[in-house]
Amino acid sequence: MNTLEVRNLTVSIEGETILKNFSLTIPKGEVHALMGPNGTGKSTLAKVMAGHEDYTVESGEVLLEGVNVLGKEPDEIAHAGLFLAFQYPLEIPGVSIANFIRAARAARLPEGEAINAVEFYKELYEKMDALKMDRKFTARSLNEGFSGGEKKRCEILQMSMLEPRLCVMDETDSGLDIDALKIVSDGVNLMRGPDRSFLVITHYQRLLDYIVPDVVHVMYDGQIIRSGDAELAKELESKGYDWIKEAHEAATAGV
Amino acid sequence: MSETHLQNEAIHVDTERGNFSYPENYEFDAGVGLTEDTIKYISDVKNDDDWVREFRLKALEVFRKKPMPTNWADKDLENIDFDKIRYYLSKGQTPSRSWDEVPDDVKETFERLGIPEQERKFLAGVEAQFDSEAAYSRMKEDLEKEGVIFVGSTEGLAKYPEIFRPYFGKVIPTADNKFSALNSATFSGGSFIYVPKGVKLKQPLQAYFRINAENFGQFERTLIIADEGAEITYMEGCTAPKFETATLHSAVVELVALKNAKIQYITVQNWSSNVFNLVTKRGLADEGAEVKWIDCNIGSRLTMKYPGVVLKGKGARGEVLSIALANDGQHQDTGAKMMHLADNTTSNIISKSISIGKGRSTYRGQVHMPKHLKNCKNNTECDALLINTNSRTDTYPAITTRGQNNTVQHEASVSKVSAEQIFYMMQRGLSEGEAMSLAVNGFVNDLMKAFPMEYSVELKRLIDMEMEGSVG
Ligand SMILES: Nc1ncnc2c1ncn2[C@@H]1O[C@H](COP(=O)(O)OP(=O)(O)O)[C@@H](O)[C@H]1O
Ligand SMILES: [Mg+2]
Repeated sequence: MNTLEVRNLTVSIEGETILKNFSLTIPKGEVHALMGPNGTGKSTLAKVMAGHEDYTVESGEVLLEGVNVLGKEPDEIAHAGLFLAFQYPLEIPGVSIANFIRAARAARLPEGEAINAVEFYKELYEKMDALKMDRKFTARSLNEGFSGGEKKRCEILQMSMLEPRLCVMDETDSGLDIDALKIVSDGVNLMRGPDRSFLVITHYQRLLDYIVPDVVHVMYDGQIIRSGDAELAKELESKGYDWIKEAHEAATAGV
Repeated sequence: MSETHLQNEAIHVDTERGNFSYPENYEFDAGVGLTEDTIKYISDVKNDDDWVREFRLKALEVFRKKPMPTNWADKDLENIDFDKIRYYLSKGQTPSRSWDEVPDDVKETFERLGIPEQERKFLAGVEAQFDSEAAYSRMKEDLEKEGVIFVGSTEGLAKYPEIFRPYFGKVIPTADNKFSALNSATFSGGSFIYVPKGVKLKQPLQAYFRINAENFGQFERTLIIADEGAEITYMEGCTAPKFETATLHSAVVELVALKNAKIQYITVQNWSSNVFNLVTKRGLADEGAEVKWIDCNIGSRLTMKYPGVVLKGKGARGEVLSIALANDGQHQDTGAKMMHLADNTTSNIISKSISIGKGRSTYRGQVHMPKHLKNCKNNTECDALLINTNSRTDTYPAITTRGQNNTVQHEASVSKVSAEQIFYMMQRGLSEGEAMSLAVNGFVNDLMKAFPMEYSVELKRLIDMEMEGSVG
């Protein structure tokens, strides 16, 4: 079964159509990159899949492991296995990283079961070590006063602690310097496996040197206009988005 | 999860654990309404001394003459119908010293509220008041040997007038406000505590106030005296079932900390949404003494409460740390008063309010530092958290400082829990209620660290219940 199937999804906000008959399939265990210029609708796709209510779904389906998630609450979709690493993570004052992740884990347990604190911290510290995060971070308020890079690392820490089936990473590379990019990519690569799929949204090819995708999609104006292998990203990097825009416009004009 | 959704789902006040009642069965009942006869009835059943009888009757006159504070406070006060309230209800006059002797329904009530369990775990003494009188009262024996007195108001005035009478009604005079006058006329129950010189209580004393009857007014009266160098922590908790009609709770709490004494007074209020909670609380701090109010207001229809400290002696310290949570249909009108009357006195006020849905929070602060004083300090911090756009918060700090060597610092902030923050937390798998609860806990987190552990745990539980109650 495919981890994700987005079928003919059309989405609007405030009367403006953002996603236009958008379709995308990610088979189990694959890493797909979604690239495209700013304002194309990449974050919109991510948020709609995660159950954000501001968007109006005009038509289409989003199947997560075969089950349509459109219309479900964000927490239900999270429990079904989708994790969204936010492009702009929110600050939650006074809530420590450790307590937040613990609450998120506890929310997944059956009624009456409790988290084993010792095991939890052991796992948390191991994963923080892997992401080269200072252990002092656990006590800091979630994202409050974090640098851009710290926020992104913290997203990946949460992702690794919550063990999702589908990881949607929205511009995780932005705000990261090259060292941080490598560390975060290593963290992500460790999570790769036959039962987990990734949708890596990025504007730049750089990240894909470290997280090598199985498939690259190029998105423009609410649609995927071209798909290919990892080479496509490199081509895009050297030729720029205009190349693909022009090719697309020429093709559609000819119809 | 949009704004409107947040509003509609907002979290009703019911803190379910307290929402139950037992059929009424009272031996003493002053009937409905308030007249001289009501007061005389109360005095008769209590066998009040003549001076107490007079004190009550005079207070009734003051109560009648005093206007409602509706010129500045909530107009909802006008909806209190004093003629429909029952002013005294009790099953008996002497509290039991063993839970086994407490009537079954009353015992069950307190068991459901977890009181006997807390007593075993961490308290030095407990008094459990059911409507007008304490049904249970007990203190650890070693404290009795040290001379600590922990009794109800009636017993305190009758048995130990030499200790309590000099301070009774002195920190908060009858005429302080309309509700202090009402309490002075009708008071029953509450705790009278005396801690002798140098005695430091290691564990808190606790009182629990339970309203069981409908249309009832509870008027407990508390007076705590910590003699020189003594230390005491007192905790009070309260609940009532959710009735259709209004219930009135109007207490007067006076604290006296003599030279170098310390009093910490902790309130965990958890009233149902039909309760008018109009309480006057003030402490007197002598030289080098400290009075600290930790006040948490959850629930009620309208709470008006401004704990104060009169910093009477040199180097006295006063503190008010408060958390107020105003849910849909509630108004938490709270604050603090600091009266600096001597040199080198310091006061600290930290107030955190949370307003949800149509809930409303008001902060009123008063800091008074006359010109002739030297080296006085006040720090005031008011933070408000709004959960959705309809919530309302007002801050009325009144700081009167004169004089050159005094410093006053005031900070205020208003923040919101945004729909995006809730979305972010829900994306991690938290329900809407859990997400809001976490945001609220985060908001009060730094203040809670200053609270005793048992209290923080209870408070967190109440906030979680309040936030999750209806959303799930
Ligand atoms: N909440 C919103 N309200 C109004 N317009 C929005 C909102 N979110 C996104 N848009 C619009 O949708 C388009 C796509 O935005 P987005 O999905 O963020 O693109 P990308 O992530 O590809 O840069 C943009 O034109 C943006 O202005
Ligand atoms: Mg984006």
